[in-house]
Amino acid sequence: MFKIHNRILLLLVTLLVVAGAALPFINFAPNRLVSGEPIALSQLPAHAWLVLCVAVFILACLALLPCRPLALLLTLLVGELTFIAILWAMGNTATQFSQQGSTLARSSPGSGLWLSLTLCLLLCTDAINRLTPKALWRLLLNIQIWVVPLALLLSGFFSDLSLLKEYANRQDVFDDALSRHLALLLGTLLPALLIGVPLGVLCYNRPGWQSSVFSVLNVIQTVPSVALFGLLIAPLAGLVKIFPWLGSLGVSGIGVAPALIALVLYALLPLVRGVVAGLQQVPRNIIESAEGMGMSRWQIFWQAEVPLALPVLLRSLRVVCVQTIGMTVIAALIGAGGFGAIIFQGLLSSALDLVLLGVIPVIALAVVLDAFFKLFISLLEEKQP
Amino acid sequence: MIEFENVSKSFQGEIAVSDLSLHIKEGEFTVLIGTSGSGKSTTLKMINRLVEHDSGRIRFAGEEIRNFDAKVLRRRMGYAIQSIGLFPHWNVAQNIATVPQLLKWPKARISARIDELLDLLGLEAAQFRDRYPHQLSGGQQQRVGVARALAADPEVLLMDEPFGALDPVTRGALQQEIIRIHQLLGRTIVLVTHDIDEALTLADRIVLMDGGQVVQQGTPLELLTRPATDFVRDFFGRSELGVRLLSLCHVAERVRTEERIAGDPISETLSLREALSLFVDRQCQQLPVVNQRGEPCGVLHFSDLVQGGKDAG
Repeated sequence: MFKIHNRILLLLVTLLVVAGAALPFINFAPNRLVSGEPIALSQLPAHAWLVLCVAVFILACLALLPCRPLALLLTLLVGELTFIAILWAMGNTATQFSQQGSTLARSSPGSGLWLSLTLCLLLCTDAINRLTPKALWRLLLNIQIWVVPLALLLSGFFSDLSLLKEYANRQDVFDDALSRHLALLLGTLLPALLIGVPLGVLCYNRPGWQSSVFSVLNVIQTVPSVALFGLLIAPLAGLVKIFPWLGSLGVSGIGVAPALIALVLYALLPLVRGVVAGLQQVPRNIIESAEGMGMSRWQIFWQAEVPLALPVLLRSLRVVCVQTIGMTVIAALIGAGGFGAIIFQGLLSSALDLVLLGVIPVIALAVVLDAFFKLFISLLEEKQP
Repeated sequence: MIEFENVSKSFQGEIAVSDLSLHIKEGEFTVLIGTSGSGKSTTLKMINRLVEHDSGRIRFAGEEIRNFDAKVLRRRMGYAIQSIGLFPHWNVAQNIATVPQLLKWPKARISARIDELLDLLGLEAAQFRDRYPHQLSGGQQQRVGVARALAADPEVLLMDEPFGALDPVTRGALQQEIIRIHQLLGRTIVLVTHDIDEALTLADRIVLMDGGQVVQQGTPLELLTRPATDFVRDFFGRSELGVRLLSLCHVAERVRTEERIAGDPISETLSLREALSLFVDRQCQQLPVVNQRGEPCGVLHFSDLVQGGKDAG
């Protein structure tokens, strides 16, 4: 009888069949505000479902093979081609619908399409992780999946999709939001590092301070972000009233200033934790022998403690980065801008495509930054396991 | 070289070392031995001021050690510990270069010194220079640790149970290395251990400590044959006293040079303890002996193991 060698792949393929057969593939709506009419994969022109059937069949066969490099490469290749084929079918269908309907008509991806794209990515990532343990190779293989989709996107192949129609309508707003979002991220990380790292070093050198510093930071972390943003409005507005010159610097009760203050406060706990934990896990004996050889306190700190604590610090910086990207969305509520502004505008006007236009870049930003941190950390750790 | 004069040290009211006086001569291999908590490690760490003494005087090269800058003092002394403490993010060459770099030696001199030391410790320089500590076995790591301690040609080498974590075979090999290095370089070495056989093998002079005080000091033979108290006698083991005495003498001292017999010969550099083991193993009364060049030089009689012992005692 058959032996199932790759259970994960089989599970993903089964889900892919369910997604393709039972869930709507594309939604077609006469305009952007009404909810559309779901269209299944089987109803698509050009027998697109046949392509998916072939892919599913090959992948199911591959799940029965032992996980050798060749089988895994083939899995990656088929998964990638399926990913591209689904995207192509999406773009193609949207173009055909737009030629039939009015200019107001919108076609947007349905739940089945989103799910099958995700499943394809998951099975590619799984194949990559089984193929190589090297972080650099994993990253490169993951990046190459996106080459064709990005080329299709840039060539305007998807331009009849409602998401890209929204983008075309709001290109300036989108670009502003992107630069504002990145500015908020950098504006948070720099002060957070400048405050957090010295605070962490201080906590490490004076263990007596640790509990009080951590309890303050813990309290900040438990305040819901919306509340903290709100709480800062009154004191900042008051400050500007007393010192008008603050206002000329751009400080006010709403906008960027309270957002940055709150984001920095939230970033401090994981950052200080990371610094303290990183320094604490430097083995005692290394410090003792460094002292015994006549290194000064300063030399021990820079040449032994910092490099050995760096991987742990970077790991918490990675958490802080992803957390800040997400939380910046909420900061739009107090007028800080960024992708949150687009998302809330979409939510308030029930325009799902507009929400997605804000959400997708936020996710992409978080995933890309996370991947680069991962790569950097694993390159560092290759030297010192 | 190093003198302790009525030195005391306590940690939070707990006495670690009390009223200790000790004179470590230049070029001597001194082993501090004792049970755990006897203050031997504290004594060692007071020499390079990792632990500061409370009262009394410690002199290094004739001068009170508090008059030195701690960093300068430590750079003049090599320091090796049981857990080695190599920097995991530096390769072997960088680890060994630590103190020479602190002393701002020129690059070429450091590089030459690294090769010299790796060679001295029996590690192929070309093969080991660029390796990281995690790529080495425990024994190789400790060899690098010793090389690092010797790097800046220190006047004193301080070692805190350096071979404690190694397996018996590697430990034996490294003990032989350190004896060879001591004979070759003539450096003053102070080593802390709780392993009696290690102390007997290595020491010119043993300092037995208990409860923060010196119980007895002297050559290994003196401590075995003329124990000052019952504690010393018990410490060196009443039942194993005989074989430990044998381990201090070599075949060459008891060989009857005028005789010759046939058979599988033993080397005259073996200790009498090893010879005893060979007598029992081969079930014989006499063993042919060869010198270091492999030429026959006499016969060792089983009975001489016992008789010679009295003269030495």
